Amino acid sequence: MPRREGSPWRGMNVVFFRELFDHLTSARMLVLELLVVIFGAAVVYFAAEQIRNTTAEDPFLFLRLFAPPGQSLLSFVVVLSILVPLMAIGLGFDSINGEYSRRTLSRILAQPIYRDALLFGKFLAALSTLSICLVTLWLLVIGFGLIRLGIPPSGEEIGRLLVFLIVTIAYAGVWLALAMLLSITVRSTATAALIALGIWLFLALLWPSLSQMLGEVISPSDIRFTALNLPTPATLAWQEGLARLSPSTLYAEALVAMLNPDAQNMTTLLAQFQGRIATPLPFDQSVMQAWPQIVSLIAGMIVLYVIGYVAFQRQEVRA
Amino acid sequence: MNDFVIEAQGLTKRYGQGIAVNGISFNVSRGEIFGLLGPNGAGKTTTILMMLGLTEITAGNVRVLGHDPVREPLQVKRQVGYLPDTVGFYDHMMAADNLRYTAALIGFPQSEREARIAKALDRVGLVDVAEQRVGTYSRGMRQRLGLAEILMKDARVAILDEPTSGLDPHATSELLEMIRGLKRDGVAVLLSSHLLERVQSVCDRVALFQSGNIALVGTVPELARQVLGGGYNVEVDADGEGLAEKFSEMSGVKAVDQSGPSRYRLLAERDVRPQAAAVVVNAGGSLRRLSVEEPSLDAIYNRYFQMHGGQHAAA
Repeated sequence: MPRREGSPWRGMNVVFFRELFDHLTSARMLVLELLVVIFGAAVVYFAAEQIRNTTAEDPFLFLRLFAPPGQSLLSFVVVLSILVPLMAIGLGFDSINGEYSRRTLSRILAQPIYRDALLFGKFLAALSTLSICLVTLWLLVIGFGLIRLGIPPSGEEIGRLLVFLIVTIAYAGVWLALAMLLSITVRSTATAALIALGIWLFLALLWPSLSQMLGEVISPSDIRFTALNLPTPATLAWQEGLARLSPSTLYAEALVAMLNPDAQNMTTLLAQFQGRIATPLPFDQSVMQAWPQIVSLIAGMIVLYVIGYVAFQRQEVRA
Repeated sequence: MNDFVIEAQGLTKRYGQGIAVNGISFNVSRGEIFGLLGPNGAGKTTTILMMLGLTEITAGNVRVLGHDPVREPLQVKRQVGYLPDTVGFYDHMMAADNLRYTAALIGFPQSEREARIAKALDRVGLVDVAEQRVGTYSRGMRQRLGLAEILMKDARVAILDEPTSGLDPHATSELLEMIRGLKRDGVAVLLSSHLLERVQSVCDRVALFQSGNIALVGTVPELARQVLGGGYNVEVDADGEGLAEKFSEMSGVKAVDQSGPSRYRLLAERDVRPQAAAVVVNAGGSLRRLSVEEPSLDAIYNRYFQMHGGQHAAA
């Protein structure tokens, strides 16, 4: 007996293009895009004004547009790290349970396609929609920077910005996969959206401070280090490890590595101890530094998708 | 090579401790309208879902057009049309666009799609509103659009779950007529319903469901013979000598009931009107009225569960 006949990808492109069309023409997407453009424009404008007023020599002037140093709250990347999960959740929270409530799912699945095609087509369509938005935004900011600052970005800056773009898409993918997982497992669209937003608030706002506390509880600070005003290595390891369970932390760390080549990190601290002058990390070293975070984000996206996939495959499609 | 398009054997579905479908077996032949009838929650929809591979089968097996819906789902779904209970469409899209999407999913070549869609919409009478959003459609129109999808697909088996529920009498008649049209095309139709009376008229054979079991399978007259011991009520209004005795001697007549001086009620296994007329004429009587009441599924159903209800609840 054949295990399974036919290709699981049959019909995927049909689902993909229809969903993509739906997303790009939906009012929901328009609102989300406007939100990002308005916030982004305001923040980038202030960053550009600040840069125009500084005369100090800076090899990474263009990167400052995305992540102005010292101004952590009102930078483009912070706006993105808040709005990208919102966009991803907005696109994914009703992808499967919406079909249930419209009672279209069983009719679609009675056509000669596998469930794989439907789920993956939907995921790819939403991810493509997000990518299109992010690439557009990215190009807009760069174009704005060219006009406003009057200098072209260097090759290295373009490379860093490209990695930043890919990391942002992977970050969006994690939230999208989470939203779709919820849309598969939670039957009501409103509940799925609320749970997704709750998880996002928890991971983005509460978890960073909570992981600090938990790390302290699991492995209390050593008085010998506290006396020197240094973090206890064991405690720090726990705290960082726990904090990195949140995709927001991973994303922020990857961004610091890519967009702030001269950030105060352990290497620069070490250089200062050794009496060397801290120099900005070269591009490949920055990528090396961000690599675990990038891989973790992509792995998180795949794991969440696979959990949703398994749940969906075994689900009874009534209605 | 037999002529069955659907063969179910010992089909069983359990949810945890509860049993939704309890080892049912039935066959549906080519070009037949087969009705799964029974109250809500009797396991009709679950049976249908198992045939389409939309839910996992706990035990037993089912073959649709010779294919296993679990292992060869694409083969099955390519040839089976499904109209779910209260079918849904994408409300923001036009009716024709909804069908275009399905046609693309089925994998018809681009060149064929438009002709197929136009033909299907024409047959269900939705051509004039094909370019309207489905959101503006009434319940009956949605059901018809669902049928159009099956027609477009050129399905060899149509599975309709509660196709007439929630429709007004006129829309119901229209839909039932379209279902007869499917049969004329040689499509085997399996439909489920809790409305026995309406659906009886289109079904060639029915299976009566009761809490996960098939209580009875067969044509309506067969079931009537089994359960009611006849089921045909022939009313005769005639004058004549010794008619009651002569009626009871006719073959196929189980009982004769004289309700008035010249009124007789014959309980028969089949329609015995011609014989009854002959009897009256031969006896030299005058025949004033002759009518027949066909056995109703409702009567069969109620009678059956009066007799067996207790046993099934225990089983």
